[in-house]
Amino acid sequence: MGHARLALAVLAFGYAFLYLPIALVIVYSFNESRLVTVWAGFSTKWWTALLHNEAMLSAAWLSLRIALLSASAAAVIGLAAGYVLARVPAFFGRTLFGSLVIAPMVMPEVVMGISMLLLFVGSERLLGWPPRGFLTIAIAHITFSIAFVAVVVQARLVDFDRSLEEAAMDLGATPWTTFLTVTLPLIAPAVGSGWLLAFTLSLDDLILTQFVSGAQSQTLPMLVYSSVRLGVDPQINVLATVIVALAASALILSGWLTRRRA
Amino acid sequence: MRFVIALPFLWLAVFFLLPFALVLAIALGSNAPDLAPPVELGFSLKNFALLFTDDLYVAAWLSSLRIAATATVVTLLLGYPMAYAVARTSARWRPVLLMLVILPFWTSFLIRVYAWIGLLANNGLLEQFLRWTGLAQNPETILGTEWAVQLGIVYAYLPFMVLPLYAALEKLDLGLLEAAADLGAPPVAAFLTITLPLSLPGVVAGCLLVFIPAVGEFVIPDLLGGTGTLMIGKVLWDEFFTNADWPLASAVAICLLVLLVGPIALFQRQQAKSLERK
Repeated sequence: MGHARLALAVLAFGYAFLYLPIALVIVYSFNESRLVTVWAGFSTKWWTALLHNEAMLSAAWLSLRIALLSASAAAVIGLAAGYVLARVPAFFGRTLFGSLVIAPMVMPEVVMGISMLLLFVGSERLLGWPPRGFLTIAIAHITFSIAFVAVVVQARLVDFDRSLEEAAMDLGATPWTTFLTVTLPLIAPAVGSGWLLAFTLSLDDLILTQFVSGAQSQTLPMLVYSSVRLGVDPQINVLATVIVALAASALILSGWLTRRRA
Repeated sequence: MRFVIALPFLWLAVFFLLPFALVLAIALGSNAPDLAPPVELGFSLKNFALLFTDDLYVAAWLSSLRIAATATVVTLLLGYPMAYAVARTSARWRPVLLMLVILPFWTSFLIRVYAWIGLLANNGLLEQFLRWTGLAQNPETILGTEWAVQLGIVYAYLPFMVLPLYAALEKLDLGLLEAAADLGAPPVAAFLTITLPLSLPGVVAGCLLVFIPAVGEFVIPDLLGGTGTLMIGKVLWDEFFTNADWPLASAVAICLLVLLVGPIALFQRQQAKSLERK
């Protein structure tokens, strides 16, 4: 009994720590006052204000387009990378390949940010391409999202019944047909949750984006950051509430995708 | 098959590996504010020399390492009991609890850091709470201190610690603990000789997942720390964006990379091993 109570206390404390700050941000999005530390009554005026905030909406639209493109590309490349890591035991450069796939997961973002910017500046000087903005941001997001898709796909492929693939091959299916008709449908949930992960990472990224974005493009996190630096703003609380609601839905969807096939 | 290997390989070689060579090249050059981009190529180690001799930079290195290490230990001390408790919960509740650990990871990092500004600010919610309960009449403001940065790191990275710990603890064979108890081992001894060693891969993975990004953290020291909190990620950012000194910022990036290459390699080995063992 003592153990169960201790476990409960640990969980209560841990989850309160994780969720109390988020809960307060949500509550204060309905605050009448401009100050987010003083409660002055219930109001939805900051919700209305955010809905009419043109800069915020166009930044959100840009972020959404970048996230759609980069998550889709990262899902394809990450699928290939995860497949190779799980199924191809040896080829020239295998160790380097493994490092390149995993390293972006932990690489400090300021380091990746400056290095990618220098690449884009260099290539702009030599080739006159790419222009900094949508495309360079998307390339940067794809590059660091590949790792997350690859890890999810690899984990799924490692505990996967290979006899189905072998049966297809024995029956004369080419490796490509086997992959498309047997392997891919079975690992599709992992690719799906990898896509969602890449999508949310892209929507949220500030540091890489700030380095590679150029002067014209402003994504949602860039706008949030510049507003937060000036102090707390109830509209940010509203935005946070929306993001938490969306993230919860995405997570439930992704959990459902993975469990459906597991 | 060749194409399947080549696609991710080439992508990462061009966009992830090649840029590091450029960073090194720029780091050896010198700042030229009149040019666009503001760099004069060359071969000089003066940027690196500056990083190791100037008191400001040395202090930033040391305090980054200290802050990241302390925050990692605190995150472990908080995350381990949590992961343990989740792993021991009934199968019905485990997926829900696990999902609640993952959820913050899916929301915005920036906004989770922002959440602490209102809490820790001067006259913020925490101070109001302390006064209201009578725990402290004139509490000192935490926002803008190193404490706030540590707290922010622990908060933001806690899910990264709990998840690998949970993965390791969940696989633990409870029969081993029963055997130890039957043989008369006190719970503490059983924990130290069975649970802890068997969960060590999770401890290593969790600590690296927190420590490596925390050393180069920018958002947390920028939003929660004050002028007194020096961290190297913020130094890099300021050199680049505020002072437009690209070579010096590049040199900082190279040093950060060299400093972290060991931990990163360790993390990769751990990751590869844990997937092969499955």
